[in-house]
Amino acid sequence: MDSALIPKGVKRCPTWQFALWIGAAGAVLLWGVIAMLLIWFKGLNQTNMNDSYGFALWIWADLAVIALGGGAFFTGFLRYIVGKDELKNIINYAVLIGFICYSSALLILAIDIGQPLRGWFIFWHANVHSMLTEVAFCLTCYFGVLTIEYVPLILENRQIDKVPFFHRLGHNMHEIMAVFAATGAFLSFFHQGSLGGVSGVLFGRPFAFREGIFIWPWTFFLFTWSAAACGPCFTILITKITEKITGKKLVKQNVIELLAKISGWMIGTYIIAKIIDTWYWAKVTAPAAGFNLMDFYSNNPFYGIWILILEIVICGVVPALILITEKGRKSSAMLMTAIILAVLGACVNRWVMVLQVMAVPVLTFENWAMYYPSWQEVATTILPVAYGVILISLSYRYLPVFPQEQELNPET
Amino acid sequence: MKEEQSKEKAKKFGMVIDLDKCTGCGACMVACMSENNVPFKEDESNKLDSITWLKVYKLTNGKPFPDADICYLPRPCQHCGGKGDHGHSPCVSVCPATATDYSKETGIVSQIYTRCFGCRYCMAACPYHARYFNWWDPVWPEGMEKYLNPNVSVRMRGIVEKCSFCFHRYQIAMDKAYYEDREELEENEYQTACAQACPAKAITFGDLNNPGHAVYELKKDKNAFRLLERLQTNPKVYYLSSREWVRRAGDNYLKDEKK
Repeated sequence: MDSALIPKGVKRCPTWQFALWIGAAGAVLLWGVIAMLLIWFKGLNQTNMNDSYGFALWIWADLAVIALGGGAFFTGFLRYIVGKDELKNIINYAVLIGFICYSSALLILAIDIGQPLRGWFIFWHANVHSMLTEVAFCLTCYFGVLTIEYVPLILENRQIDKVPFFHRLGHNMHEIMAVFAATGAFLSFFHQGSLGGVSGVLFGRPFAFREGIFIWPWTFFLFTWSAAACGPCFTILITKITEKITGKKLVKQNVIELLAKISGWMIGTYIIAKIIDTWYWAKVTAPAAGFNLMDFYSNNPFYGIWILILEIVICGVVPALILITEKGRKSSAMLMTAIILAVLGACVNRWVMVLQVMAVPVLTFENWAMYYPSWQEVATTILPVAYGVILISLSYRYLPVFPQEQELNPET
Repeated sequence: MKEEQSKEKAKKFGMVIDLDKCTGCGACMVACMSENNVPFKEDESNKLDSITWLKVYKLTNGKPFPDADICYLPRPCQHCGGKGDHGHSPCVSVCPATATDYSKETGIVSQIYTRCFGCRYCMAACPYHARYFNWWDPVWPEGMEKYLNPNVSVRMRGIVEKCSFCFHRYQIAMDKAYYEDREELEENEYQTACAQACPAKAITFGDLNNPGHAVYELKKDKNAFRLLERLQTNPKVYYLSSREWVRRAGDNYLKDEKK
């Protein structure tokens, strides 16, 4: 039925099967939309947040998807600026995943604020001292860049490409893509960093506060670094999941291994910096505020030292060691383990820097604050996942996302 | 020159709360809520989402009888001056929309309700939990809206609010002074509702920079301390207590660390 829209030389599932798939994802999306509307119309009382937990699941989801979406800017940087030509075979998908992550982040932010209609105040009444202001500006600009990077792919659709104007537009946009890749890398450095700064500057919260250079706490650099390190792992993970679902090899193994190798070295260097940061914070910064390291990891029902070990050792050191060794990259099981751990590591780091910050008591006569999300919060957090599944499915079906697909899956 | 002049005239309103006098009666909380049109819920049992600009904490020394001791600690917004007293208090510096501001003229941290868009970053930044979010629109029991204070705007759902040191009272007092061709206020012309309501006179309010005000000397008392001074938030609320364990409860210390 829709064969005229499907790229030439590739095979896609029947329309009814595709419709069923989209319908299932659409049902989840609808669930999220209902929760979103409830929140917009009834307010944030629909959540389980409270005055001790002003930042919760959504801010974590925001930080996590932006970190994981970092695969777009870093892969673009490697492809267009560093000149790793092999990555042209995965850059489209990295951009698409980044586009989904960043649009999701913006949507979650729009749900998260108490007065959504005043969201524009962040630009109009901008406070230059606030890390969140920098986040808002850079995030919005970078989303614009991602849109520009995604548009040429849409223009490559068989039917759209037939229109001479769109054909030439797409061609010309491809020609200058290095400029946007550089712009994206520049913007990403700042907003990824600013997101780290969001918690790092909180000098009233000893669990979060870090010293740094000029106005930037160390978390500024660590967040950028970890996004560049773990983002490509997320791109690989989603590629592998797509291959599993479609039952096809879509990207050649050498491309995956190259990205995994670079990611491994990035994770390795990041985790060394993270260990130094944690050590200095535990030995100098926190004690200056009257806290021992274990004060942050005891006397509560959830946050034990296990979370620090999980983040740094299991989800940091282990994937780095696997990915920097050729043997680790060549083994499919080891590679998958490493990229899942790396993705989990970024998510745990963001969780800790948002939710544990809120949980730790600062006044001596207050207790740990525990929180679990309401179904509305869960549904609106899953909403972007369903949206991502739909956009990836549509893009995969109608756009030439994977340049190597035809070669890897010759039609018999 | 102009800056020097304004520095000389700059006021730094603050509080000294004598914890040895506080009985924990809660009159300050009631006065605060009434004065500032603070909304409340039908069921106030969940204190994590109810609004109390001034909250009275109950502290215990954790010892068994006969050494057991308690202390009530009223906690308004601390109106932090931030590191170096430059006005970069934890909340002011993080608000992305400049919806909370530090007045260099009065030292008061304000909240602009119509500009706040409810991101709650200020709440995350405040170690005192002095900031509250309006999870609901205010609903007043029938007829009670007639008793609302006309000098204080009511707040809508989705924004943050906090203690303002009854700033509207300062504005009214300044208007009166201007009308009477005066530039300065007498100490008793601007007082917060909580300070006036306290039956034990535990709360003293005034200009911390003015030697003529009681708080000027009180803050220098050997038993005076502020909450979480080590974080360099530089609060303008001082506490007095002759009890060492109470003073120690004001901040975090490493195990076996001497104050």
